[in-house]
Amino acid sequence: MRVRVLVRPKEGILDPQGQAVERALPALGYENVRNVHVGRLIELDVDGDGDVTERVGEMCERLLANPLIESYEIVELDG
Amino acid sequence: MKLGVVVFPGSCDERDAHEAIGRAEGATATFLWHGDPDLAGVDAVVIPGGFSYGDYLRVGAIARFSPLMEAVRGFAAEGGLVLGICNGFQVLCEAGLLPGALLTNESLKFVCRQVDLLVERADTPFTRELAPGRRLSVPVKHTTGCYYAPPALLDELEAKGQVLLRYAPGQNPNGSLRDIAGVASEKGNVFGLMPHPEHATDPLTGSIDGLGIFGSMVAHCREAAHLTTAA
Repeated sequence: MRVRVLVRPKEGILDPQGQAVERALPALGYENVRNVHVGRLIELDVDGDGDVTERVGEMCERLLANPLIESYEIVELDG
Repeated sequence: MKLGVVVFPGSCDERDAHEAIGRAEGATATFLWHGDPDLAGVDAVVIPGGFSYGDYLRVGAIARFSPLMEAVRGFAAEGGLVLGICNGFQVLCEAGLLPGALLTNESLKFVCRQVDLLVERADTPFTRELAPGRRLSVPVKHTTGCYYAPPALLDELEAKGQVLLRYAPGQNPNGSLRDIAGVASEKGNVFGLMPHPEHATDPLTGSIDGLGIFGSMVAHCREAAHLTTAA
């Protein structure tokens, strides 16, 4: 199973990367852009039986994300 | 007293930490390789700055899985002194041995400069040779040093006296909440800070204010060893 994990800064956490991108876009003429946040994308193949989302969730809690400062979303892809 | 300096692939401040420990009276330093299974009988542990395991994924995230860190965890659980400097602080937060997390600097920029710190508490194993309210001039050099914890946890840390060092007013280099520069564990035997006391141990580099931290640790270990022998 191909799995995609999206890791984002938790709501309310200072996100200077997102702010920097948000400030840069108007310089290219893109006005009216709000709430830019920069996160991380992790993709992995997970073999074996059982609940893949549950196993990947455990991986997120223990390594892939830092639950104190980041939220994560697990998306199961085809295959 | 023998203090161990942990070396990960990517550590880069271990030499200065080794040197700083050697300047404390009655102390020697030894390096501990991250793959070693035990702490070789050291009296205290220092995790130095650098870029452990390339800081992949998140700063400090991978280093905590090294065999030596298991030994450090056990050592800390038994009350052993563990000091984490810069990347060492990040590693200890990721390992859950210290509360909170380090975020990218508010400025998004790498900062490298001398800052003034204020000693909040001088009755801990890491600060006993300092005086409360004393100003320390110590360098910082990092990109990911903005101390963060949720407001409720910050209140708890303050109430329990776990904030040992703060950036002096107007000197916060990274946006750390409540100007926190260094925090201790609840039991007080694990301490992490972003500034580098090991780089402030020789007049040649402008300040020797970092010596007090290492001197405090050595004094604490000596006293603990004496008590054990007496018992």
